[in-house]
Amino acid sequence: MSLNIVSAESLCFQYNSVEVLSDISFHLEAGDYLGIVGPNGSGKTTLIKLLLGFFKPGKGTISLFGSNPLSFRDWYKVGYLPQKINAFNPHFPATVKEIVSLGLLSRKKYPKNINKSDEPAINSALSLMDVSDIRDELIGELSGGQQQRVLIAKAMACEPELLILDEPTTALDPETREKFFSILTTLNEQKKITIVIITHDIGTIGKYASKLLYLDKKAIFYGSFDAFCSSNEMSGYFGEYSQHLICHRHDDKAAHS
Amino acid sequence: MGDIFDLLSHGFIQRALIAGSFIAILCSTLGVFLVLRRLSLIGDGLAHVAFGGVAIGLLLRFYPVYIAIPIVMASSIGILKLIAKARLYGDSAIGIVSSLGIAIGVILASAAGGFNVDLFSYLFGNILSISTTEVLISIVLSLVLLVVILCFYHELLSVTFDEESASVSGIKTERMNMMLVLLTAVTVVLAMKMVGVMLISALLVLPPVTALQMAKGFKLTIVLSVVAGVLSVVLGIFISFVMDLPAGATIVILNFLFFISTLVYKNVKTGIR
Repeated sequence: MSLNIVSAESLCFQYNSVEVLSDISFHLEAGDYLGIVGPNGSGKTTLIKLLLGFFKPGKGTISLFGSNPLSFRDWYKVGYLPQKINAFNPHFPATVKEIVSLGLLSRKKYPKNINKSDEPAINSALSLMDVSDIRDELIGELSGGQQQRVLIAKAMACEPELLILDEPTTALDPETREKFFSILTTLNEQKKITIVIITHDIGTIGKYASKLLYLDKKAIFYGSFDAFCSSNEMSGYFGEYSQHLICHRHDDKAAHS
Repeated sequence: MGDIFDLLSHGFIQRALIAGSFIAILCSTLGVFLVLRRLSLIGDGLAHVAFGGVAIGLLLRFYPVYIAIPIVMASSIGILKLIAKARLYGDSAIGIVSSLGIAIGVILASAAGGFNVDLFSYLFGNILSISTTEVLISIVLSLVLLVVILCFYHELLSVTFDEESASVSGIKTERMNMMLVLLTAVTVVLAMKMVGVMLISALLVLPPVTALQMAKGFKLTIVLSVVAGVLSVVLGIFISFVMDLPAGATIVILNFLFFISTLVYKNVKTGIR
């Protein structure tokens, strides 16, 4: 039996006595690709923050590589791209190489310093995301798509087993977004990296993810995208027409791919 | 040329140049992190607290710097606690602590009455009157703080770029924030004698923003910031002596001129493109 990379069991969380998440259960094994979707304020980012140990669960349990996230130490196993990075200071004076090198810090003991011996790992991360040619550019001077690739290169520099991305495609145009999802699929299929991605685009993520978790303060749906499309319960929740639009769009994209 | 050697032969000029250069390197390096973390005003706030600390030191007849350092360090932690526990914005927390510090200083100065001249030297600074002991303190503390910054350089950079992803890299971000404000606290007290309480934040802010106009990388930004900071201190000391101007204010004006020059150069260059 393979170890669960992520496991949540009857997870609940309150903030200022307001129920933010209740009774969430899901499990991810190595190589899974989970899309977390749901409306604004549905608790998607909160769930990720519970998984990363930023918050303490009220009830239930959540584990990361079998450990409590609050006492988790093996952070080199996790690559993370937070939501608010989309709004980082556009005049931040660091080069692509300097930013990507920071991804190696999770593998370092104290003092956590990057030196010449880290060059191969940095070059490898730059090549993986095809940003080697812009290594000396300032990150603030790049396009949105280039910045996202650089930030994923940073998250991938420590060669993580789990990659967590919180709404990474918000600032991207449709073409760049498609390329972005292709890159994630490659990482998932070829490098066997487990992926957890939060997105509003349920139609697009259905094309790529192996599992779907639809949240609205509780788990409305958890399963495969095909199961989502054929679920009578989801027809009742979304309405048949909306469910058809989501799943039809998925079929269209699949036909084009 | 002979005039410069004549100037350099004066002990007080030598002391001012040595202490000023070390403090400028420290302020310019630390300032890059503060400016990018949008904590520029913390230097100003802690300088006001330092004023209160100096007043207490003078009242108790202790060397004011020794009293000011722990008080300013405690206040810097107080600012962080106010932000975290009272859920205040950073500028509000800095405002509360700094006004409290200056209020205490004013009350003590008014009550004691006898040390107003000494207090004024800290308020407006006078690097040309710096003593050999103060030079040694400046060198030792500057070197210690610079070594700390060097040891934690990548962690500070990571937290400065994005605190959340730094935390997921296993970096203790709260400790880093604490370290940054404590380093700032000691730096502020060190710089107090050079430019005075009123102008300290200029040393922490102007060299970094000058460097940011020409930034081509993070390390290079720090190097350029240090060059701007040291150059302004060295030229400021010479100009203030030759033209009989207050040294602290001259250093700040030079820093401002460097900033304006790089800003104009950048805009002209961008316009040409």
